[in-house]
Amino acid sequence: MSLTGPLAAPGAGTGRSGRVGLMLRGMGRTAGPVLAVVAALFVIWYAAAVWMNSQWTLDQAARADRTVTFSEIVADTLNQDRPKLPAPHQVAVELYDTVLDKPVTSRRSLVFHAWITLSATLTGFAIGTVLGMLLAVGIVHNRAMDMSVMPWAIASQTIPILAIAPMIIVVLNSVGVQGLLPKAIISAYLSFFPVVVGMVSGLRSPETQQLDLMKTYSASDGQVFWKLRLPASMPYLFASLKVAIAASLVGAIVGELPTGAVRGLGARLLSGSYYGQTVQIWSALLMAAACAAAMVGIVGLIQRVVLRRMGMER
Amino acid sequence: MTEARDLNSGAQPVVIEAKGLDLTFRTNDGPVQALSNVDLDIRKGDFVSFIGPSGCGKTTFLRVVAALEAPTGGTVTVNGMTPDEARRARAYGYVFQAAGLYPWRTIGRNVKLPLEIMGYAREEQDRRMKDVLQLVDLEGFEKKYPWQLSGGMQQRASIARALAFDADILLMDEPFGALDEIVRDHLNEQLLSLWNRTGKTIGFVTHSIPEAVYLSTRIVVMSPRPGRITDIIESPLPRERPLDIRDTAAFIEVAHRVREGLRAGHDDTV
Repeated sequence: MSLTGPLAAPGAGTGRSGRVGLMLRGMGRTAGPVLAVVAALFVIWYAAAVWMNSQWTLDQAARADRTVTFSEIVADTLNQDRPKLPAPHQVAVELYDTVLDKPVTSRRSLVFHAWITLSATLTGFAIGTVLGMLLAVGIVHNRAMDMSVMPWAIASQTIPILAIAPMIIVVLNSVGVQGLLPKAIISAYLSFFPVVVGMVSGLRSPETQQLDLMKTYSASDGQVFWKLRLPASMPYLFASLKVAIAASLVGAIVGELPTGAVRGLGARLLSGSYYGQTVQIWSALLMAAACAAAMVGIVGLIQRVVLRRMGMER
Repeated sequence: MTEARDLNSGAQPVVIEAKGLDLTFRTNDGPVQALSNVDLDIRKGDFVSFIGPSGCGKTTFLRVVAALEAPTGGTVTVNGMTPDEARRARAYGYVFQAAGLYPWRTIGRNVKLPLEIMGYAREEQDRRMKDVLQLVDLEGFEKKYPWQLSGGMQQRASIARALAFDADILLMDEPFGALDEIVRDHLNEQLLSLWNRTGKTIGFVTHSIPEAVYLSTRIVVMSPRPGRITDIIESPLPRERPLDIRDTAAFIEVAHRVREGLRAGHDDTV
Protein backbone atom coordinates (compact mmCIF):
# COMPACT_ATOMS: atom_id res chain seq x y z
CA MET A 1 0.00 0.00 0.00
CA SER A 2 1.39 3.32 -0.90
CA LEU A 3 0.09 6.84 -0.91
CA THR A 4 -2.04 6.46 -4.01
CA GLY A 5 -5.15 8.52 -3.49
CA PRO A 6 -7.81 9.35 -6.06
CA LEU A 7 -5.13 11.31 -7.89
CA ALA A 8 -3.65 8.02 -9.02
CA ALA A 9 -6.80 7.26 -10.97
CA PRO A 10 -6.25 7.36 -14.73
CA GLY A 11 -6.97 10.76 -16.15
CA ALA A 12 -6.95 12.63 -12.84
CA GLY A 13 -4.61 15.56 -12.98
CA THR A 14 -4.90 16.09 -16.74
CA GLY A 15 -5.55 19.73 -17.35
CA ARG A 16 -5.37 22.43 -19.92
CA SER A 17 -2.70 24.64 -18.45
CA GLY A 18 0.21 22.28 -19.00
CA ARG A 19 -0.69 21.70 -22.62
CA VAL A 20 -0.67 25.31 -23.67
CA GLY A 21 2.74 25.74 -22.12
CA LEU A 22 4.00 22.67 -23.92
CA MET A 23 2.68 23.93 -27.24
CA LEU A 24 4.36 27.33 -26.88
CA ARG A 25 7.62 25.72 -25.93
CA GLY A 26 7.20 23.39 -28.90
CA MET A 27 6.81 26.32 -31.29
CA GLY A 28 9.96 27.96 -29.95
CA ARG A 29 11.80 24.76 -30.47
CA THR A 30 10.60 24.25 -34.05
CA ALA A 31 11.13 27.82 -35.28
CA GLY A 32 14.93 27.41 -35.40
CA PRO A 33 14.97 24.21 -37.47
CA VAL A 34 12.28 25.54 -39.82
CA LEU A 35 14.29 28.71 -40.51
CA ALA A 36 17.43 26.64 -41.03
CA VAL A 37 15.68 24.49 -43.62
CA VAL A 38 14.33 27.56 -45.44
CA ALA A 39 17.80 29.12 -45.47
CA ALA A 40 19.31 25.91 -46.83
CA LEU A 41 16.67 25.81 -49.58
CA PHE A 42 17.54 29.38 -50.65
CA VAL A 43 21.25 28.54 -50.76
CA ILE A 44 20.58 25.46 -52.90
CA TRP A 45 18.20 27.45 -55.13
CA TYR A 46 20.74 30.22 -55.76
CA ALA A 47 23.55 27.70 -56.39
CA ALA A 48 21.35 25.76 -58.79
CA ALA A 49 20.38 28.97 -60.61
CA VAL A 50 24.02 29.90 -61.12
CA TRP A 51 24.89 26.41 -62.31
CA MET A 52 21.90 25.90 -64.62
CA ASN A 53 21.95 29.35 -66.19
CA SER A 54 25.74 29.55 -66.63
CA GLN A 55 25.69 27.75 -69.98
CA TRP A 56 23.78 30.64 -71.58
CA THR A 57 26.17 33.17 -70.07
CA LEU A 58 29.19 31.25 -71.34
CA ASP A 59 27.66 30.81 -74.82
CA GLN A 60 26.95 34.53 -75.07
CA ALA A 61 30.50 35.34 -73.97
CA ALA A 62 31.95 32.87 -76.49
CA ARG A 63 29.88 34.44 -79.25
CA ALA A 64 31.14 37.88 -78.28
CA ASP A 65 34.59 36.37 -78.15
CA ARG A 66 35.46 37.39 -74.64
CA THR A 67 36.15 35.65 -71.37
CA VAL A 68 34.09 36.16 -68.24
CA THR A 69 35.13 36.02 -64.60
CA PHE A 70 33.24 33.97 -62.03
CA SER A 71 31.69 37.04 -60.47
CA GLU A 72 30.42 38.15 -63.89
CA ILE A 73 28.92 34.70 -64.38
CA VAL A 74 27.17 34.90 -61.05
CA ALA A 75 25.89 38.40 -61.71
CA ASP A 76 24.57 37.43 -65.14
CA THR A 77 23.03 34.08 -64.23
CA LEU A 78 20.92 35.64 -61.50
CA ASN A 79 19.46 38.33 -63.76
CA GLN A 80 18.68 36.72 -67.12
CA ASP A 81 15.41 37.47 -68.88
CA ARG A 82 14.58 33.86 -69.62
CA PRO A 83 16.66 31.81 -67.23
CA LYS A 84 16.34 28.05 -67.11
CA LEU A 85 15.91 28.48 -63.39
CA PRO A 86 14.98 31.97 -62.19
CA ALA A 87 16.63 33.17 -59.00
CA PRO A 88 14.43 33.65 -55.92
CA HIS A 89 14.64 37.43 -56.05
CA GLN A 90 13.45 37.46 -59.69
CA VAL A 91 10.41 35.43 -58.68
CA ALA A 92 9.89 37.72 -55.70
CA VAL A 93 9.92 40.80 -57.93
CA GLU A 94 7.50 39.18 -60.38
CA LEU A 95 5.20 38.18 -57.51
CA TYR A 96 5.33 41.72 -56.12
CA ASP A 97 4.50 43.17 -59.53
CA THR A 98 1.66 40.83 -60.34
CA VAL A 99 0.13 40.53 -56.88
CA LEU A 100 0.46 43.96 -55.32
CA ASP A 101 1.13 46.32 -58.23
CA LYS A 102 -1.70 45.41 -60.59
CA PRO A 103 -5.42 46.02 -60.10
CA VAL A 104 -7.00 42.70 -59.16
CA THR A 105 -9.37 42.90 -62.12
CA SER A 106 -6.50 43.04 -64.61
CA ARG A 107 -5.51 40.04 -66.68
CA ARG A 108 -1.95 40.71 -65.58
CA SER A 109 -2.78 40.36 -61.89
CA LEU A 110 -1.87 37.02 -60.35
CA VAL A 111 -4.60 37.58 -57.77
CA PHE A 112 -7.13 37.65 -60.61
CA HIS A 113 -5.83 34.34 -61.99
CA ALA A 114 -5.60 32.77 -58.55
CA TRP A 115 -9.22 33.69 -57.87
CA ILE A 116 -10.32 32.07 -61.15
CA THR A 117 -8.61 28.86 -60.12
CA LEU A 118 -9.72 29.05 -56.50
CA SER A 119 -13.37 29.45 -57.38
CA ALA A 120 -13.20 26.24 -59.44
CA THR A 121 -11.21 24.59 -56.63
CA LEU A 122 -13.71 25.45 -53.93
CA THR A 123 -16.70 24.48 -56.06
CA GLY A 124 -15.03 21.17 -56.89
CA PHE A 125 -14.06 20.64 -53.28
CA ALA A 126 -17.66 21.16 -52.17
CA ILE A 127 -18.96 18.74 -54.80
CA GLY A 128 -16.25 16.18 -53.98
CA THR A 129 -16.85 16.42 -50.24
CA VAL A 130 -20.61 15.97 -50.51
CA LEU A 131 -20.20 13.13 -53.01
CA GLY A 132 -17.51 11.46 -50.89
CA MET A 133 -19.60 11.66 -47.73
CA LEU A 134 -22.70 10.30 -49.44
CA LEU A 135 -20.73 7.41 -50.93
CA ALA A 136 -19.20 6.65 -47.53
CA VAL A 137 -22.60 6.58 -45.86
CA GLY A 138 -23.82 4.22 -48.59
CA ILE A 139 -20.77 1.99 -48.26
CA VAL A 140 -21.15 1.67 -44.51
CA HIS A 141 -24.89 1.00 -44.55
CA ASN A 142 -25.40 -1.01 -47.71
CA ARG A 143 -23.69 -4.29 -48.32
CA ALA A 144 -24.02 -4.12 -52.09
CA MET A 145 -22.40 -0.68 -52.14
CA ASP A 146 -19.72 -1.88 -49.75
CA MET A 147 -18.76 -4.62 -52.19
CA SER A 148 -19.06 -2.57 -55.38
CA VAL A 149 -18.22 1.10 -54.87
CA MET A 150 -14.77 0.97 -53.32
CA PRO A 151 -13.05 -0.93 -56.17
CA TRP A 152 -14.45 1.62 -58.66
CA ALA A 153 -13.37 4.51 -56.51
CA ILE A 154 -9.85 3.12 -56.33
CA ALA A 155 -9.81 2.39 -60.06
CA SER A 156 -10.91 5.96 -60.79
CA GLN A 157 -7.81 7.26 -59.05
CA THR A 158 -5.40 5.04 -60.98
CA ILE A 159 -6.30 6.79 -64.25
CA PRO A 160 -3.93 9.73 -64.81
CA ILE A 161 -5.92 12.91 -64.34
CA LEU A 162 -4.05 14.45 -67.28
CA ALA A 163 -5.55 11.77 -69.52
CA ILE A 164 -9.11 12.11 -68.37
CA ALA A 165 -9.29 15.90 -67.89
CA PRO A 166 -9.42 16.77 -71.64
CA MET A 167 -12.18 14.22 -72.16
CA ILE A 168 -14.29 15.64 -69.36
CA ILE A 169 -13.85 19.12 -70.81
CA VAL A 170 -14.67 18.02 -74.36
CA VAL A 171 -17.69 15.96 -73.33
CA LEU A 172 -19.12 18.72 -71.15
CA ASN A 173 -18.40 21.32 -73.81
CA SER A 174 -20.39 19.29 -76.34
CA VAL A 175 -23.43 19.47 -74.07
CA GLY A 176 -22.91 23.17 -73.60
CA VAL A 177 -21.26 23.25 -70.19
CA GLN A 178 -18.27 25.55 -70.10
CA GLY A 179 -16.28 27.75 -67.79
CA LEU A 180 -16.05 26.98 -64.11
CA LEU A 181 -18.08 23.78 -63.92
CA PRO A 182 -15.90 21.44 -66.00
CA LYS A 183 -12.85 22.45 -63.95
CA ALA A 184 -14.80 21.99 -60.74
CA ILE A 185 -15.81 18.50 -61.85
CA ILE A 186 -12.18 17.56 -62.41
CA SER A 187 -11.45 18.94 -58.93
CA ALA A 188 -14.26 16.89 -57.49
CA TYR A 189 -12.97 13.82 -59.32
CA LEU A 190 -9.71 14.10 -57.41
CA SER A 191 -11.10 15.24 -54.07
CA PHE A 192 -13.98 12.83 -53.47
CA PHE A 193 -11.60 9.90 -53.06
CA PRO A 194 -9.76 10.87 -49.86
CA VAL A 195 -13.13 11.89 -48.39
CA VAL A 196 -14.65 8.48 -49.14
CA VAL A 197 -11.68 6.63 -47.67
CA GLY A 198 -11.44 8.80 -44.55
CA MET A 199 -15.17 8.93 -43.95
CA VAL A 200 -15.60 5.16 -44.31
CA SER A 201 -12.90 4.53 -41.71
CA GLY A 202 -14.44 7.22 -39.52
CA LEU A 203 -17.96 5.82 -39.71
CA ARG A 204 -16.54 2.40 -38.90
CA SER A 205 -14.35 3.68 -36.08
CA PRO A 206 -16.77 3.09 -33.15
CA GLU A 207 -15.67 0.11 -31.11
CA THR A 208 -17.77 -3.01 -30.65
CA GLN A 209 -18.56 -1.93 -27.13
CA GLN A 210 -19.93 1.45 -28.24
CA LEU A 211 -22.11 -0.31 -30.82
CA ASP A 212 -23.22 -2.91 -28.26
CA LEU A 213 -24.25 -0.08 -25.97
CA MET A 214 -26.53 1.27 -28.70
CA LYS A 215 -27.91 -2.23 -29.17
CA THR A 216 -28.82 -2.48 -25.48
CA TYR A 217 -30.94 0.66 -26.01
CA SER A 218 -32.56 -0.98 -29.07
CA ALA A 219 -31.39 2.05 -31.08
CA SER A 220 -32.34 2.24 -34.76
CA ASP A 221 -29.74 2.42 -37.54
CA GLY A 222 -30.54 6.09 -37.95
CA GLN A 223 -29.95 6.79 -34.27
CA VAL A 224 -26.66 4.85 -34.34
CA PHE A 225 -25.62 6.96 -37.34
CA TRP A 226 -26.51 10.38 -35.95
CA LYS A 227 -25.52 9.80 -32.34
CA LEU A 228 -22.48 7.56 -32.74
CA ARG A 229 -21.04 6.99 -36.21
CA LEU A 230 -21.22 10.55 -37.52
CA PRO A 231 -19.67 12.31 -34.49
CA ALA A 232 -17.05 9.57 -34.21
CA SER A 233 -16.07 10.13 -37.85
CA MET A 234 -15.34 13.87 -37.54
CA PRO A 235 -11.58 13.63 -36.83
CA TYR A 236 -11.23 11.26 -39.79
CA LEU A 237 -13.30 13.53 -42.03
CA PHE A 238 -11.15 16.57 -41.30
CA ALA A 239 -7.91 14.68 -41.88
CA SER A 240 -9.14 13.66 -45.32
CA LEU A 241 -10.54 17.12 -46.09
CA LYS A 242 -7.01 18.52 -45.81
CA VAL A 243 -5.82 16.05 -48.44
CA ALA A 244 -8.93 16.65 -50.54
CA ILE A 245 -8.63 20.43 -50.73
CA ALA A 246 -5.02 20.21 -51.93
CA ALA A 247 -6.08 17.62 -54.52
CA SER A 248 -8.91 19.95 -55.59
CA LEU A 249 -6.42 22.69 -56.42
CA VAL A 250 -4.35 20.29 -58.51
CA GLY A 251 -7.54 19.26 -60.31
CA ALA A 252 -8.56 22.85 -61.07
CA ILE A 253 -5.09 23.71 -62.43
CA VAL A 254 -4.95 20.57 -64.56
CA GLY A 255 -8.46 21.40 -65.79
CA GLU A 256 -7.16 24.71 -67.13
CA LEU A 257 -4.36 23.17 -69.17
CA PRO A 258 -6.12 21.25 -71.99
CA THR A 259 -8.54 24.03 -72.93
CA GLY A 260 -5.83 26.52 -73.65
CA ALA A 261 -7.56 28.65 -71.08
CA VAL A 262 -6.46 32.25 -70.84
CA ARG A 263 -7.47 32.75 -67.24
CA GLY A 264 -6.37 30.94 -64.10
CA LEU A 265 -3.11 29.72 -62.61
CA GLY A 266 -3.05 26.79 -65.02
CA ALA A 267 -3.31 29.23 -67.91
CA ARG A 268 -0.37 31.20 -66.51
CA LEU A 269 1.68 28.02 -66.31
CA LEU A 270 0.72 27.11 -69.85
CA SER A 271 1.43 30.49 -71.44
CA GLY A 272 4.64 30.75 -69.43
CA SER A 273 5.86 27.50 -70.91
CA TYR A 274 4.80 28.52 -74.45
CA TYR A 275 6.86 31.65 -74.33
CA GLY A 276 9.71 30.44 -72.13
CA GLN A 277 8.63 32.80 -69.35
CA THR A 278 10.15 30.79 -66.54
CA VAL A 279 9.80 33.63 -64.05
CA GLN A 280 6.06 33.68 -64.73
CA ILE A 281 5.84 29.91 -64.34
CA TRP A 282 7.63 29.96 -61.04
CA SER A 283 5.60 32.77 -59.62
CA ALA A 284 2.39 30.97 -60.64
CA LEU A 285 3.72 27.82 -58.97
CA LEU A 286 4.50 29.70 -55.77
CA MET A 287 1.07 31.32 -55.87
CA ALA A 288 -0.52 27.88 -56.22
CA ALA A 289 1.55 26.57 -53.31
CA ALA A 290 0.56 29.55 -51.17
CA CYS A 291 -3.12 29.02 -52.02
CA ALA A 292 -2.87 25.33 -51.13
CA ALA A 293 -1.12 26.10 -47.86
CA ALA A 294 -3.73 28.74 -47.00
CA MET A 295 -6.65 26.44 -47.76
CA VAL A 296 -5.18 23.52 -45.81
CA GLY A 297 -4.54 25.96 -42.99
CA ILE A 298 -8.14 27.16 -43.04
CA VAL A 299 -9.46 23.58 -43.01
CA GLY A 300 -7.13 22.90 -40.07
CA LEU A 301 -8.50 25.93 -38.26
CA ILE A 302 -12.10 24.84 -38.82
CA GLN A 303 -11.09 21.38 -37.63
CA ARG A 304 -9.75 22.76 -34.37
CA VAL A 305 -12.78 24.93 -33.75
CA VAL A 306 -15.28 22.15 -34.54
CA LEU A 307 -13.48 19.41 -32.60
CA ARG A 308 -12.95 21.71 -29.65
CA ARG A 309 -16.62 22.63 -29.59
CA MET A 310 -17.42 18.91 -29.71
CA GLY A 311 -15.08 18.40 -26.76
CA MET A 312 -12.89 16.05 -28.79
CA GLU A 313 -9.80 18.22 -28.75
CA ARG A 314 -8.40 19.52 -25.52
CA MET B 1 -27.47 -13.53 8.64
CA THR B 2 -31.11 -14.34 8.33
CA GLU B 3 -32.49 -11.22 6.76
CA ALA B 4 -30.45 -11.41 3.55
CA ARG B 5 -31.20 -15.09 3.11
CA ASP B 6 -34.88 -14.66 3.65
CA LEU B 7 -34.95 -11.94 1.05
CA ASN B 8 -33.25 -14.11 -1.52
CA SER B 9 -34.70 -17.51 -0.98
CA GLY B 10 -38.16 -16.42 0.04
CA ALA B 11 -41.07 -14.85 -1.74
CA GLN B 12 -39.17 -12.72 -4.26
CA PRO B 13 -40.09 -13.62 -7.84
CA VAL B 14 -37.52 -14.97 -10.30
CA VAL B 15 -36.51 -12.28 -12.80
CA ILE B 16 -33.83 -14.10 -14.78
CA GLU B 17 -34.22 -17.78 -15.43
CA ALA B 18 -31.78 -19.88 -17.46
CA LYS B 19 -32.46 -23.54 -18.24
CA GLY B 20 -29.96 -25.85 -19.93
CA LEU B 21 -28.30 -22.91 -21.61
CA ASP B 22 -25.74 -23.81 -24.30
CA LEU B 23 -23.73 -21.50 -26.51
CA THR B 24 -21.15 -22.67 -29.01
CA PHE B 25 -19.10 -20.10 -30.95
CA ARG B 26 -17.85 -21.07 -34.37
CA THR B 27 -14.26 -19.90 -34.72
CA ASN B 28 -11.51 -20.57 -37.23
CA ASP B 29 -10.04 -23.08 -34.80
CA GLY B 30 -13.27 -25.01 -34.63
CA PRO B 31 -16.25 -24.70 -32.29
CA VAL B 32 -15.72 -23.28 -28.79
CA GLN B 33 -18.28 -24.14 -26.16
CA ALA B 34 -18.66 -20.93 -24.20
CA LEU B 35 -21.63 -22.10 -22.12
CA SER B 36 -22.61 -25.65 -21.34
CA ASN B 37 -25.87 -26.63 -19.67
CA VAL B 38 -26.18 -23.56 -17.48
CA ASP B 39 -29.12 -23.52 -15.07
CA LEU B 40 -29.63 -20.44 -12.94
CA ASP B 41 -32.43 -18.49 -11.31
CA ILE B 42 -31.91 -14.91 -10.26
CA ARG B 43 -34.54 -13.47 -7.95
CA LYS B 44 -35.68 -9.91 -7.68
CA GLY B 45 -33.32 -7.84 -5.53
CA ASP B 46 -30.49 -10.36 -5.77
CA PHE B 47 -26.91 -9.24 -6.20
CA VAL B 48 -25.38 -12.10 -8.13
CA SER B 49 -21.70 -12.19 -8.95
CA PHE B 50 -20.18 -14.37 -11.63
CA ILE B 51 -16.60 -15.32 -10.97
CA GLY B 52 -14.16 -17.55 -12.81
CA PRO B 53 -11.06 -17.53 -14.97
CA SER B 54 -11.20 -16.00 -18.44
CA GLY B 55 -13.03 -18.20 -20.92
CA CYS B 56 -15.44 -19.55 -18.31
CA GLY B 57 -18.42 -17.88 -19.98
CA LYS B 58 -19.28 -15.37 -17.27
CA THR B 59 -19.37 -12.43 -19.67
CA THR B 60 -21.05 -14.57 -22.32
CA PHE B 61 -23.83 -15.44 -19.88
CA LEU B 62 -24.45 -11.77 -19.20
CA ARG B 63 -24.45 -11.01 -22.94
CA VAL B 64 -26.99 -13.77 -23.54
CA VAL B 65 -29.26 -12.28 -20.88
CA ALA B 66 -28.84 -8.90 -22.61
CA ALA B 67 -29.63 -10.41 -26.05
CA LEU B 68 -26.19 -9.42 -27.31
CA GLU B 69 -25.54 -13.12 -28.04
CA ALA B 70 -28.04 -15.78 -29.03
CA PRO B 71 -27.82 -19.14 -27.24
CA THR B 72 -27.48 -22.29 -29.35
CA GLY B 73 -29.48 -24.36 -26.89
CA GLY B 74 -31.66 -24.07 -23.82
CA THR B 75 -33.80 -21.13 -22.79
CA VAL B 76 -33.41 -17.92 -20.89
CA THR B 77 -36.16 -15.59 -19.81
CA VAL B 78 -35.95 -12.11 -18.35
CA ASN B 79 -39.06 -10.95 -16.49
CA GLY B 80 -40.81 -13.87 -18.19
CA MET B 81 -39.92 -12.56 -21.66
CA THR B 82 -37.26 -13.54 -24.18
CA PRO B 83 -34.08 -11.47 -23.86
CA ASP B 84 -34.99 -9.62 -27.06
CA GLU B 85 -38.42 -8.65 -25.79
CA ALA B 86 -36.97 -7.75 -22.42
CA ARG B 87 -34.48 -5.44 -24.10
CA ARG B 88 -37.22 -3.67 -26.00
CA ALA B 89 -39.16 -3.41 -22.75
CA ARG B 90 -36.06 -1.73 -21.25
CA ALA B 91 -35.76 -4.37 -18.58
CA TYR B 92 -32.05 -3.87 -18.00
CA GLY B 93 -29.19 -1.40 -18.06
CA TYR B 94 -25.79 -2.68 -19.12
CA VAL B 95 -22.46 -1.45 -17.79
CA PHE B 96 -19.43 -2.44 -19.82
CA GLN B 97 -15.87 -3.13 -18.80
CA ALA B 98 -14.70 0.26 -20.07
CA ALA B 99 -16.78 3.30 -19.23
CA GLY B 100 -17.22 3.88 -22.96
CA LEU B 101 -18.52 7.42 -22.59
CA TYR B 102 -18.81 9.23 -25.92
CA PRO B 103 -15.97 11.77 -25.90
CA TRP B 104 -17.98 14.37 -27.82
CA ARG B 105 -20.73 14.43 -25.21
CA THR B 106 -20.55 16.02 -21.80
CA ILE B 107 -21.22 13.78 -18.80
CA GLY B 108 -24.79 15.08 -18.66
CA ARG B 109 -25.42 14.39 -22.33
CA ASN B 110 -23.79 10.96 -22.05
CA VAL B 111 -26.27 10.09 -19.32
CA LYS B 112 -29.09 11.45 -21.48
CA LEU B 113 -28.05 9.32 -24.48
CA PRO B 114 -30.38 6.39 -23.71
CA LEU B 115 -33.15 8.82 -22.80
CA GLU B 116 -32.84 10.62 -26.16
CA ILE B 117 -32.92 7.29 -27.98
CA MET B 118 -35.94 6.11 -26.02
CA GLY B 119 -37.74 9.36 -26.73
CA TYR B 120 -38.14 10.88 -23.27
CA ALA B 121 -39.34 14.49 -23.13
CA ARG B 122 -36.63 17.08 -22.66
CA GLU B 123 -37.57 18.13 -19.11
CA GLU B 124 -37.83 14.48 -18.13
CA GLN B 125 -34.35 13.87 -19.56
CA ASP B 126 -32.94 16.72 -17.48
CA ARG B 127 -34.68 15.59 -14.33
CA ARG B 128 -33.55 11.98 -14.64
CA MET B 129 -30.01 12.98 -15.55
CA LYS B 130 -29.74 15.12 -12.42
CA ASP B 131 -31.25 12.35 -10.29
CA VAL B 132 -28.92 9.58 -11.41
CA LEU B 133 -25.84 11.78 -11.30
CA GLN B 134 -26.72 12.48 -7.70
CA LEU B 135 -27.15 8.75 -7.12
CA VAL B 136 -23.54 8.12 -8.20
CA ASP B 137 -22.19 11.22 -6.45
CA LEU B 138 -21.45 13.17 -9.61
CA GLU B 139 -23.76 16.15 -9.19
CA GLY B 140 -22.22 19.28 -10.65
CA PHE B 141 -20.19 17.36 -13.23
CA GLU B 142 -22.78 17.31 -16.01
CA LYS B 143 -21.04 20.02 -18.04
CA LYS B 144 -17.62 18.30 -17.94
CA TYR B 145 -16.29 16.21 -20.77
CA PRO B 146 -15.25 12.60 -20.06
CA TRP B 147 -11.53 13.36 -20.38
CA GLN B 148 -11.84 15.86 -17.54
CA LEU B 149 -12.85 13.07 -15.15
CA SER B 150 -10.79 10.35 -13.51
CA GLY B 151 -11.28 6.72 -14.53
CA GLY B 152 -13.36 5.99 -11.45
CA MET B 153 -15.63 8.98 -12.05
CA GLN B 154 -16.05 7.97 -15.69
CA GLN B 155 -17.15 4.51 -14.63
CA ARG B 156 -19.60 6.04 -12.16
CA ALA B 157 -20.98 8.17 -15.00
CA SER B 158 -21.43 5.04 -17.09
CA ILE B 159 -23.36 3.44 -14.21
CA ALA B 160 -25.54 6.56 -14.05
CA ARG B 161 -26.15 6.19 -17.77
CA ALA B 162 -27.31 2.58 -17.24
CA LEU B 163 -29.59 3.69 -14.39
CA ALA B 164 -31.11 6.65 -16.22
CA PHE B 165 -34.05 4.86 -17.78
CA ASP B 166 -34.96 3.09 -14.58
CA ALA B 167 -34.53 -0.54 -15.57
CA ASP B 168 -35.03 -3.00 -12.73
CA ILE B 169 -32.02 -5.08 -13.70
CA LEU B 170 -28.45 -3.88 -13.86
CA LEU B 171 -25.98 -6.08 -15.76
CA MET B 172 -22.37 -5.19 -15.05
CA ASP B 173 -19.45 -6.73 -16.91
CA GLU B 174 -16.27 -6.25 -14.87
CA PRO B 175 -17.09 -2.58 -14.47
CA PHE B 176 -14.24 -1.87 -12.06
CA GLY B 177 -11.68 -4.21 -13.60
CA ALA B 178 -9.49 -1.43 -14.98
CA LEU B 179 -9.41 0.67 -11.79
CA ASP B 180 -6.87 0.64 -9.00
CA GLU B 181 -7.76 -1.04 -5.76
CA ILE B 182 -8.50 2.04 -3.69
CA VAL B 183 -10.88 3.50 -6.25
CA ARG B 184 -12.42 0.07 -6.65
CA ASP B 185 -13.08 -0.28 -2.91
CA HIS B 186 -14.74 3.09 -2.90
CA LEU B 187 -16.94 2.25 -5.87
CA ASN B 188 -17.87 -1.14 -4.41
CA GLU B 189 -19.08 0.60 -1.29
CA GLN B 190 -21.08 3.10 -3.34
CA LEU B 191 -22.53 0.35 -5.51
CA LEU B 192 -23.74 -1.56 -2.46
CA SER B 193 -25.44 1.47 -1.03
CA LEU B 194 -27.00 2.23 -4.42
CA TRP B 195 -28.29 -1.34 -4.59
CA ASN B 196 -29.70 -1.02 -1.07
CA ARG B 197 -31.48 2.21 -1.88
CA THR B 198 -32.88 1.19 -5.27
CA GLY B 199 -33.64 -2.50 -4.74
CA LYS B 200 -32.37 -3.34 -8.24
CA THR B 201 -31.41 -6.82 -9.32
CA ILE B 202 -27.73 -6.87 -10.22
CA GLY B 203 -25.72 -9.35 -12.27
CA PHE B 204 -22.04 -8.60 -11.80
CA VAL B 205 -19.08 -10.20 -13.56
CA THR B 206 -15.72 -10.04 -11.83
CA HIS B 207 -12.55 -11.98 -11.37
CA SER B 208 -11.78 -10.59 -7.96
CA ILE B 209 -12.74 -12.89 -5.10
CA PRO B 210 -12.93 -10.14 -2.43
CA GLU B 211 -15.07 -8.01 -4.72
CA ALA B 212 -17.47 -10.89 -5.39
CA VAL B 213 -17.79 -11.80 -1.72
CA TYR B 214 -18.13 -8.23 -0.55
CA LEU B 215 -20.89 -7.33 -3.00
CA SER B 216 -22.99 -10.41 -3.54
CA THR B 217 -25.94 -12.15 -2.04
CA ARG B 218 -25.06 -15.08 -4.28
CA ILE B 219 -21.79 -15.99 -5.94
CA VAL B 220 -21.80 -18.10 -9.08
CA VAL B 221 -18.45 -19.85 -9.54
CA MET B 222 -17.74 -20.83 -13.13
CA SER B 223 -14.99 -22.74 -14.91
CA PRO B 224 -13.86 -22.90 -18.52
CA ARG B 225 -13.71 -25.41 -21.38
CA PRO B 226 -16.63 -25.80 -21.53
CA GLY B 227 -17.94 -22.76 -19.64
CA ARG B 228 -20.17 -24.01 -16.85
CA ILE B 229 -21.33 -23.35 -13.29
CA THR B 230 -19.37 -25.32 -10.71
CA ASP B 231 -20.77 -23.83 -7.50
CA ILE B 232 -23.42 -21.39 -6.34
CA ILE B 233 -22.74 -19.88 -2.93
CA GLU B 234 -25.42 -18.15 -0.89
CA SER B 235 -23.73 -15.44 1.11
CA PRO B 236 -24.49 -15.42 4.85
CA LEU B 237 -23.36 -11.78 5.11
CA PRO B 238 -25.97 -9.15 6.03
CA ARG B 239 -27.23 -6.61 3.50
CA GLU B 240 -25.54 -3.77 5.32
CA ARG B 241 -21.83 -4.23 4.73
CA PRO B 242 -19.21 -1.79 5.92
CA LEU B 243 -15.81 -2.19 4.22
CA ASP B 244 -14.28 -3.79 7.32
CA ILE B 245 -16.69 -6.69 7.07
CA ARG B 246 -13.91 -8.14 4.94
CA ASP B 247 -11.91 -8.87 8.06
CA THR B 248 -14.66 -10.96 9.69
CA ALA B 249 -14.54 -14.73 9.92
CA ALA B 250 -17.76 -15.12 7.93
CA PHE B 251 -16.31 -13.12 5.04
CA ILE B 252 -13.09 -15.08 5.02
CA GLU B 253 -15.00 -18.33 5.07
CA VAL B 254 -17.05 -17.38 2.02
CA ALA B 255 -13.92 -16.21 0.22
CA HIS B 256 -12.31 -19.53 1.04
CA ARG B 257 -15.22 -21.44 -0.41
CA VAL B 258 -15.08 -19.39 -3.60
CA ARG B 259 -11.37 -20.05 -3.90
CA GLU B 260 -11.94 -23.77 -3.40
CA GLY B 261 -14.63 -23.74 -6.07
CA LEU B 262 -12.32 -21.97 -8.50
CA ARG B 263 -9.53 -24.40 -7.77
CA ALA B 264 -11.78 -27.43 -8.25
CA GLY B 265 -12.98 -26.10 -11.60
CA HIS B 266 -9.40 -25.47 -12.58
CA ASP B 267 -8.22 -28.97 -11.63
CA ASP B 268 -10.93 -30.55 -13.76
CA THR B 269 -9.56 -29.10 -16.91
CA VAL B 270 -5.80 -29.21 -16.47
